[in-house]
Amino acid sequence: MLRLEARPQASRLMTWLSPLLAAVLTLAAGGVLFALLGKDPAEGLRLFLIAPLKDLYGLSELLLKATPLMLCATGLAIGFRANIWNIGAEGQFMLGAVGATGIALWAGESESALVLPGMLLGGALAGAAWAAIPAWLKTRFNANEILVSLMLVYVAQLLVSWLVFGPWKDPQGFNFPQTVMFADAALLPVLVDGTRLHLGLLFALAALVAAYVFMYRSHAGFRMRVAGEAPDAARYAGFSARRTIWTGLLCGGAAAGLAGMAEVAGPMGQLTDKLSLGYGFAAIIVAFVGRLHPLGIFLASLLMALLYIGGEQVQQYMNLPNSIALVFQGLLLFFLLGADVFIRYRLRFGSEAAGA
Amino acid sequence: MTTSSLPPTARLALHGIRKVYPGVVANDGIDLAVAPGEIHAVLGENGAGKSTLMKIIYGVTRPSAGEIRWEGQAVTVRDPAHARELGIGMVFQHFSLFETLTVAENVALALPGRPELRELSRRIEEVSARYGLPVDPRRTVHALSVGERQRVEIVRCLLQQPRLLIMDEPTSVLTPQAVEKLFETLRRLAAEGCSILYISHKLDEIRALCHSATVLRGGRVSGHCRPAEETPASMARMMIGKDLPHCEHGPAQGGGEIRLRLAGLSHASDDPYGVDLRDLHLEVRAGEIVGIAGVSGNGQQELLRAISGEERLAEKHPVQICGAEAGRLSAGARRRLGLCFVPEERLGRGAVPALPLVDNGLLTAARGQGLVRAGFLARGKARAFAERCIATFDVRGGGADAAAQSLSGGNLQKFIMGREILQAPKLLVAAQPTWGVDVGAAAFIRQAIIDLRNRGCAVLVISEELDELFEICDRIAVIAQGRLSPPRDIGEASMEEIGLWMSGLWPGAGTSAPNTAGEAAHA
Repeated sequence: MLRLEARPQASRLMTWLSPLLAAVLTLAAGGVLFALLGKDPAEGLRLFLIAPLKDLYGLSELLLKATPLMLCATGLAIGFRANIWNIGAEGQFMLGAVGATGIALWAGESESALVLPGMLLGGALAGAAWAAIPAWLKTRFNANEILVSLMLVYVAQLLVSWLVFGPWKDPQGFNFPQTVMFADAALLPVLVDGTRLHLGLLFALAALVAAYVFMYRSHAGFRMRVAGEAPDAARYAGFSARRTIWTGLLCGGAAAGLAGMAEVAGPMGQLTDKLSLGYGFAAIIVAFVGRLHPLGIFLASLLMALLYIGGEQVQQYMNLPNSIALVFQGLLLFFLLGADVFIRYRLRFGSEAAGA
Repeated sequence: MTTSSLPPTARLALHGIRKVYPGVVANDGIDLAVAPGEIHAVLGENGAGKSTLMKIIYGVTRPSAGEIRWEGQAVTVRDPAHARELGIGMVFQHFSLFETLTVAENVALALPGRPELRELSRRIEEVSARYGLPVDPRRTVHALSVGERQRVEIVRCLLQQPRLLIMDEPTSVLTPQAVEKLFETLRRLAAEGCSILYISHKLDEIRALCHSATVLRGGRVSGHCRPAEETPASMARMMIGKDLPHCEHGPAQGGGEIRLRLAGLSHASDDPYGVDLRDLHLEVRAGEIVGIAGVSGNGQQELLRAISGEERLAEKHPVQICGAEAGRLSAGARRRLGLCFVPEERLGRGAVPALPLVDNGLLTAARGQGLVRAGFLARGKARAFAERCIATFDVRGGGADAAAQSLSGGNLQKFIMGREILQAPKLLVAAQPTWGVDVGAAAFIRQAIIDLRNRGCAVLVISEELDELFEICDRIAVIAQGRLSPPRDIGEASMEEIGLWMSGLWPGAGTSAPNTAGEAAHA
C-alpha cells in the first residue's frame, strides 16, 4: 500500500527537484496529448522543444520571449514572498506599454537621447501606478488584492483598445487598431545584428540581480520575507504591514511596466491592441516554477518562452491550434503543484505500523 | 515491572508500547498498569512522551509496537469513538468545544445517535450535581470561564460512564481553589471504581491526589513510585535525572525610575470572544520584577498586545514606556524606546519557523545592535550576535544555521530570551517565559530574568504559573475579566489570597461580572 508520510523537515532537495519533475511530467503528458490528437508524439515534441533552438536566430527569439516573462516574474516574486498576491501583472504590463507609448508619441520625431530613458521611467511609473490601486485599496479598506489586481487587467485591456481605436490611432494605418511606428530614438537598440533581441534583455538580467540583492541582502527584503513566512512574527518585530503591501505591489507593477515598455520599444515598435500574449499571467507560473528565486526565475522564464515558441511552431507545421501553448503552461503549473507535495511529504510503501 | 507480575484485574495494562514518528522515538518500551478505582499519575517533562502515550490509549494514534490489554483482553483501539465504546474517556488540555453552541448542544455532538436536548439537559444537571461540577446546560460556551469549560468537558465524559478517565494537564487553567474542587470530584469518581490517568508535571498536585505514579523520561519509563511516600525532590530526580535547580534571588533595589506605566488602559477587543481591557493601572520601576497572575483568557493576550504595540490604542497616554506616551506608537517605535518583549508563542511569533537562528536574531535586534548598515544586512555581525546569544544562553541544537523550528521548545525559548536580553532593554515584558520548557531550562530562564533585574532593568512577567511568579517577582498583581488588581509586595502575598483574586475578588474590585461571581461561588 502506498501512503504519504510527513517529512520531519521540508526537503531542500525536493524544493528544486520538483520543478524539474514537473517539466518532465509536462513533456510526457504533452506527448500523450499529441498522440491523442493523431500526431506523432516524437515529431510533436521535437518541433515543440528542439526545433526552436537549432540556430542563433531561434535562440535570440527564445531570449526575446523570455525577457518580459523574466521582468514580470521577478517583480511578482518580491510580492509573492511576502504573501502579496498580485495577479494583475498583465494589466501593469499594458499600462507600462501605454506610459512608454505616450512619451514616444509626445517626443515624435525628436532624436534626443532622453527619449528612451523617459520611456523607461514612464513605463515603470505607469505600471507601478496601476499596481498602486490595489495597494491603496488593500491598506485603506482591506480589499483583496487578488481580485482588485485581476479585475484591473480587464480595465487596462479596454484602456489600450480605446487608445488605439481612438485618440492614438495611426491616421495612415488603414484603420488598424495601432499607433504610428515609433521614431528610431524611441526604439531599444538591437543587441545582435540580424535578430530582434534588444536591450530589454539586459534590463531583465539587471532586474534579476537587483531582486537578488534586495531579497537576500537588504533589511527591507528581509522584512518582506518574514512577513511572508510568519505574519505574526513580522507584527511582533514591528515591521510595517502597510509598507510590505506597498513595496510588494509597487515592485511588481514597476517591473511589469518596464516589461511593457520593452515590448513596445522593442519587437513591436508601436502600441497595438494585441500587445500581450498573456506574459503577465504566464509570469505567475514562471515565478512559482522558479521557486520565487531570481536564478530559478531565469531558468523558468527560458522554459516558458520555449513553450510559447514551440506552440507557434506546432501551429505552423502540424496544424494544431495555438492554444496548445496554454495547455502546456497549465500542465506545467498543475504538475508543479502536485510535485510540491513531496517537499513536505514522502512516499512510503506498506502500512503505518510496518513503516515505523 | 513486567506484565506477568501485574494483578490480573488491571483495568488497563500496557506492555512494551513503542511509537516512532519520523525522526523521533516518542515512546520506547513503556509498561503501565492501572487498577480499578486507582488514580495513576503519568509524570514527565515536556517531550517525555506523556501525550503520545495517552493518544495511543485513546485511539488517536496507533503504537508502532506493543500490546494494550483492556480489562484482561488484548485490544486494538481503532479510534476515539472505539475508545469511548470501550469505556475510556479523555479530557484534553485544549478544549474541543464550539463557542457559539450551548453546553447541551456541545455535549450532544459528542454522544452517539441524536439525543433529545431536553432529556440530555436533565442528565447533565444530574451528573453535574452528583459530582460537584456545576454547569448550566443552556448557556453558550463562549460566555463560560475556562474552569467552567473544563467542567463541560468532564461532564461530557462522565455521561458516557467511563471506566477509565484520562486527564491531560487539567490544572493549568484553574485557580488553586478550583484545583481543590476538581480533586474532590476525581476522588469521588475513583471511589466509585473509575480509574483515572492523571497527566501532569506538577509534583505537589500529584502527591496530593494520586495513588501511584509512572515517571517518563525521554520516551522511557524512568521509575514507578507511590507519590505519598516521596518528596517533590525525589520525584523530580526521577523526572529530570538530577536535582531541581534553584534561583538566586536577592532583594529588589527599589526606588528606580518608572519604566512602564499603565494609566487607565482600556481597550475593546476586536475579537467577539476576546476580552475587553477595563481601566488598568500599573507601574513597573527600574530594578524590579512585577508579575501578573491570572487564569488564561482573562485579558493577558490583549494586555500584552497593547503594551507591545502589536495592537495600537486610540490614545497616547494609557501606555507610557520610559516616560514617553506610547499608546499610538508602532511596535518598532516602542522597541526604540527601550522595550523588549518575549511573546507566549515562540514559533511563528517570537521566531520565524523556517529561518535559521542568524535571521531570527535579526528579527528584533537588527537596528539596536547595528546589524544593518545603510539598509543592508551586516551578515557577519548578525552571525556574531546569534552566536553570542547561543553561547551565553546555552542554546543547544544545530548552531546559528539551524532553523528555528528544528530546536526544542526550551532551547528556542532560551534563544528568544537571549536575543531580547542581550539588547540590554530598559523594560522587558515576558509572557509565559517558561511555559512548556523543561525544568532545567526553566530555572536558567528565571535566573536570567532575575540577573537582568539586578542590572537595573524593569521587568514585567505575565504567567499562569503561580509558583513561578512567587519565585521570581518582587510585586504581583492579578488580571481577571480584563481588570487588574492592585499589586502586592510578594512578601505580603499568599498563594491562597492571589488564588482568590484570580476569580476577580480583590478588595475594591467592586462590580464583578456575573460570570466571575459564579466562578467564585464554587471555588
